[in-house]
Amino acid sequence: MLAVAQLTCQRGERTLFSGLSFTLPEGQWIQIQGPNGAGKTTLLRVLAGLVQPREGTLTWQGQAVQECRAEWQRALLYLGHHAALKEELTPLENLRFSLGLEAFPVDESALMEALHRFGLQEREHLPVRYLSAGQRRRVLLARLLIRPAQVWILDEPYTALDVHATQFLSTVIEDHLERGGSAVLTSHQTLGLRPGMSIAL
Amino acid sequence: MMTGFWTSMRRDLVLATRHKSEWLTALFFFVMVTNLLPLGVGPEVSLLRKIAPGVLWIGALLSTLLGLQRLFSSDHADGTLEQMALSPVPLAWLVAGKMVTHWLVCGLPVVLMAPLLGLQFDLPSRSLGILVLSLLLGTPILSAVGALGAALTLGLRGGGALLSLLILPLYIPALIFGAGAVEADMAGISPQGHLSLLGALLVLSVFFSPWVTSLALRIALE
Repeated sequence: MLAVAQLTCQRGERTLFSGLSFTLPEGQWIQIQGPNGAGKTTLLRVLAGLVQPREGTLTWQGQAVQECRAEWQRALLYLGHHAALKEELTPLENLRFSLGLEAFPVDESALMEALHRFGLQEREHLPVRYLSAGQRRRVLLARLLIRPAQVWILDEPYTALDVHATQFLSTVIEDHLERGGSAVLTSHQTLGLRPGMSIAL
Repeated sequence: MMTGFWTSMRRDLVLATRHKSEWLTALFFFVMVTNLLPLGVGPEVSLLRKIAPGVLWIGALLSTLLGLQRLFSSDHADGTLEQMALSPVPLAWLVAGKMVTHWLVCGLPVVLMAPLLGLQFDLPSRSLGILVLSLLLGTPILSAVGALGAALTLGLRGGGALLSLLILPLYIPALIFGAGAVEADMAGISPQGHLSLLGALLVLSVFFSPWVTSLALRIALE
């Protein structure tokens, strides 16, 4: 369980949010809502540990995140705005290296299957340079299927996806929640997910 | 931990093989700079011998600088650096992997090319050996210290020029002892003292640089 207490974050002179508290139990998800520039991405980056909050605490399984950083990073999967893909590499190589950088074991057949499930058949060996924005997004999202994690932190995961992929992503997230995982996401789209909590910034 | 280090190293090596122009430019730059000087100062053997260590070392120094600007910037731009910072593997290990690759791609070719270029300056063969040895000890220092500069100037506009201003002064000790070793040998003195100091600098920079660089990268990511 992830718990957030009295979180305050400042960017320059501006206070983005203050006194934010919530808990995220297993099997639940939270949608972060708010207008552009309200600090949704910053909140996600604070949760992931990329940005230090000005005030407030983050606890994971009852322990302050600062004290169990490695465990928290192992439990969390953060997919940001950027595709985090190298254009010169193929989708398969990109996934392989991204797992290796996190020291997770690489199972080639699982990588292939993940790409296929996201509709990237016959694109596995094509440099990412030749893929469309939606296809790049799918390569990134394929990490959801191969990188084990309890908490998914997804920044605008539905961006650039077509109807079919949107539905598929919703089932993937639903499966994750079913297995006792949890998720935090920002999205402007209505999602075909079970009812979850919502935080407005 | 080692998996992360090897992956980070292999990944950059694969990228370097897909982007040959980048490191070939650096190597070509080294060859050109060291070739232009003898053409400029004329074919007087005693003068060429005298300036050779300095010229070759300065060429090596400037050519490693070329590859440094892109060391972290493309990973920063496409979000890979964020993922590296979030990895359960300590960031310093991933950074160390990138440094090793930078040396393999930008430093090692310079070391291998140096004796050939040294011949143009009529360096005696014994001094050529010392030159290679000094570069072998020295170029990893350039990669390690340079990575720190690249991390500190990450995301800044005009970071390239700032990187040079920041890093070149830090290269001075390596330059003095590296070129000094060859000069000492040519003067008939033992180059051991220079080489030992260069070795000490190498140990120091390789040990501390990944750690300090990873701290600088975390600040750049905030």
